[in-house]
Amino acid sequence: MLGALIIVFREVIEAGLIVGIVLAVTKGIHGRGRWIIAGVAGGIAGAALLAVFADALANALAGVGQEIFNACVLGLAVCMLTWHNIWMARHGREMAAELRDAGLAVKNGSRSLAALAIVVGVAVLREGSEIVLFLYGLVISGGSTALGLLAGSALGLLLGCAVSALTFLGLVTIPSRYLFGVTTTLITFLAAGLAAQSVLFLQQAGLITRLQATAWDSSAILSDTSLFGRLLHTLIGYSDQPSQMQVLVYGVTLATIFTLTKLLEPGKPRAATVAHTVA
Amino acid sequence: MRMTTFDGLKAAGGLLAAVFAIAPVAASAETLQLSLQNHKFHPAEAAVPANQPLTIEIDNLDATPAEFESKTLRVEKVVAGHAKISVQIRALPPGRYRFFDDYNEDTTEGFLVVK
Repeated sequence: MLGALIIVFREVIEAGLIVGIVLAVTKGIHGRGRWIIAGVAGGIAGAALLAVFADALANALAGVGQEIFNACVLGLAVCMLTWHNIWMARHGREMAAELRDAGLAVKNGSRSLAALAIVVGVAVLREGSEIVLFLYGLVISGGSTALGLLAGSALGLLLGCAVSALTFLGLVTIPSRYLFGVTTTLITFLAAGLAAQSVLFLQQAGLITRLQATAWDSSAILSDTSLFGRLLHTLIGYSDQPSQMQVLVYGVTLATIFTLTKLLEPGKPRAATVAHTVA
Repeated sequence: MRMTTFDGLKAAGGLLAAVFAIAPVAASAETLQLSLQNHKFHPAEAAVPANQPLTIEIDNLDATPAEFESKTLRVEKVVAGHAKISVQIRALPPGRYRFFDDYNEDTTEGFLVVK
């Protein structure tokens, strides 16, 4: 039962942390509830489909369908997070200033919400399909232990949701003038981590063969299978034995998003605001 | 104003495209066949030569799905019940590499001995 609890819990927190961050990021944007629920629901439906067609997907595209699929959905999430950060850089300030002002802000807001709903959907899809397959395995093995395992899974799900809620509540205690900077940074690191993860799938498929050597091994210091290691893995893409290509792509993604966000920020009317936007 | 945001996305997409473009498919000479039965890997330990790309094929004879995973080999791939998958492994330095079924990590593991 404990094993089932841990497996479900760790998959749920991986998706849950992302949902928590997205909830905090979109605080105050009109209509975010519908979009995020749509993302979660779409992700769950997709996860079930993905689990049912796991074999077909694995054998698609000359046996690398699963890897290409994973790399693509991760790539999609990276693009959506980049889009969101740029959008927030352009409109975040004016939105915070005139929150009540419906009209343009709300209209543009829903475009950014759609991007984040996709991010949520992708996270739930990827982790959810693993849970569905795991539970399916439990159900068909049957036996007297299956009930205990299902109970463990349910508990894991609840605990995972609690972590997701804590992430959200923790983030929203940050005063709103800092929240913008914190979430922009969080999303940038989150996106870089997802980009590095997509490299792993492309290497596993044999599509990236360069820079495959292990860049470092910090598993003795902080294993990414430990709870804290997993949290860092989800939040900033921490890996204890990344390949050199993963490190390269991570760095390039970070630099790209930071640069784009800065470049596309609208000009400051007052010189005084420049100092605190560096964060 | 919309154009600039779009340009930003295009640049991000371009980055991804650059990554995808590095794609000479690994032609690995070495293939290792593993099977999974009653939640055990057969063979539970296999020796392969060092510094050579490797293909591992896993034949899952169980009805339950498994996730073939290894931290050190850097793979994770779902294999459905009664199904086969294959994964590409980079050229490895000598060592002992652990792999396992992520759904039954405590009981279902094996080792790749590279020498």
